Amino acid sequence: MRIGIVCPYSWDVPGGVQFHIRDLAEYFIRLGHEVSVLAPADDDTPLPPYVVSAGRAVPVPYNGSVARLNFGFLSAARVRRWLHDGRFDVVHIHEPASPSLGLLTCWAAQGPMVATFHTSNPRSKAMIAAYSILQAALEKISARIAVSEYARRTLVEHLGGDAVVIPNGVDVDFFAKAEPNPEWQGDTIGFIGRIDEPRKGLPVLMRALPKILAARPQTRLLVAGRGDEEEAVESLPAELRSRVEFLGMISDEDKARLLRSIDLYVAPNTGGESFGIILVEAMSAGAPVLASDLDAFAQVLDRGAAGELFTNEDADALAETAVRLLEDPARRAELRERGSVHVRRFDWSTVGADILSVYETVTAGAAAVAADERAGGGGAGGLRARLGLARD
Amino acid sequence: MLRRTVALQGKWSTSFGAPVGFPPVTATLIWILVALVAIGLYLSWTAGRLDRLHARIDAARAALDAQLLRRASVAQELATSGVLDPAASIVLYEAAHAARQAEEEQREVAESELSQALRAVFAESQQVEVVREAPGGEEAARELTEAVRRVPMARRFHNDAVRAARALRRHRKVRLFRLAGHAPFPMAFEMDDEPPMALVDRAA
Repeated sequence: MRIGIVCPYSWDVPGGVQFHIRDLAEYFIRLGHEVSVLAPADDDTPLPPYVVSAGRAVPVPYNGSVARLNFGFLSAARVRRWLHDGRFDVVHIHEPASPSLGLLTCWAAQGPMVATFHTSNPRSKAMIAAYSILQAALEKISARIAVSEYARRTLVEHLGGDAVVIPNGVDVDFFAKAEPNPEWQGDTIGFIGRIDEPRKGLPVLMRALPKILAARPQTRLLVAGRGDEEEAVESLPAELRSRVEFLGMISDEDKARLLRSIDLYVAPNTGGESFGIILVEAMSAGAPVLASDLDAFAQVLDRGAAGELFTNEDADALAETAVRLLEDPARRAELRERGSVHVRRFDWSTVGADILSVYETVTAGAAAVAADERAGGGGAGGLRARLGLARD
Repeated sequence: MLRRTVALQGKWSTSFGAPVGFPPVTATLIWILVALVAIGLYLSWTAGRLDRLHARIDAARAALDAQLLRRASVAQELATSGVLDPAASIVLYEAAHAARQAEEEQREVAESELSQALRAVFAESQQVEVVREAPGGEEAARELTEAVRRVPMARRFHNDAVRAARALRRHRKVRLFRLAGHAPFPMAFEMDDEPPMALVDRAA
């Protein structure tokens, strides 16, 4: 099958959606499908052979922060050329509602289109204003996928319609077979995520840490992620600061080894999560998970059956549960056991097969993807098609 | 539209009475023409949108039919294979046969009954194991698993297309200018498509 995948965010900036698309593309290539990914990228960044650059993304203020987006005449032309050259059986667009490549592709293509909605943003003003334009583009999508039940609910409320839920994929064996690092073993708690992003929840964990250390002074907290380390430990009493170790940005291999080594993984995120891939990675590596009770996290952890939950932003509850788990090896073993069974449904072999089922469902009996002449931009050709004068 | 035509005629008659006012009338006329062309293009674009939505519904319906038929065929094969006990075989055969033969109005009910029959027969994971162990059973179990997973998918995609088309067709401009032509008002396909747990729960 010839598959075209559209990535809305810069390929050179690491992020959940980019990694998801990379793994998905590589999974399909291993199965023998032809895959091409269209992504924003600087012209001088080295790209894997299956990625086609759609030009540099432009930083613009959007939705309360600065987003790097692709739009305008040149991007639209590149999208059309990619569609024309690719002759895809199906095009898979990620985040079609963000004003970037996804929306441009929706506008410019016709034929079997699949879209994955990753985020569960509250409805923005811009989206309300652009609703009718958005609707005209989104109604071309033949199949919608939401990454979680939570993301699906947001989609239904904001845009109407329905979607099937297919979770994000994880290479379970990559994490399950990683070699533990002895330096990171022995009464360790792990945290992975941006240090300076409050929504990742490190401040909550820092508030809980004195209580955890009071009960178990030998505990160490290992933090992996970008950000200012001085600022992160500011709220801690000076004598406790040595119990926190910063590992900085770590490679995928080290991430897997870290998750294999620790006694407890804590995800204190306070919001803005629609899935929680890191929890699946931690469970794959056999780390017991303690997470805030966000909708998305509760769902990934099977309502608390595959990992423990604490009340969001409640540092005392976090400390209490963490101490209880650290003192109870039997309970942690039980969580490891349940987690490693539970994550099988997130393995690429399952998730990839489900996505392929969606492709096969929408391509059955449909023509291949083509550039949509009616969408304008085709100049005289578009007008001819509209007036019914086009020759084919 | 009608009011504009009246205004147009009014302008004409006054301009014939006073030939001095000819140039401004030409300007007005051009503007009216531009507006009419713009409205025409907009309506044609909307008609194109609607046409595309109807095509999407047709494709989605064809895909749904294919998946339903596939599910019924695999169920019927299993029912006649002798792998299942006689009671289960009869129940499954009856439901699969009814689903394949159902008239259009009875289709949703018949397919829902097949879902119920499948859930009753494959309520236990042991039953699935028995099928897998039979010669050629691995293949049959895989096909059935695929079919019971794809039916809800195809149905969701179909109903999503129907919803989008209905939303547009209810719009004033579409009703007023009859942009939908003679295409029938699209109907959602409602049925019970809950798959048997023993087949889809891969964590077990």
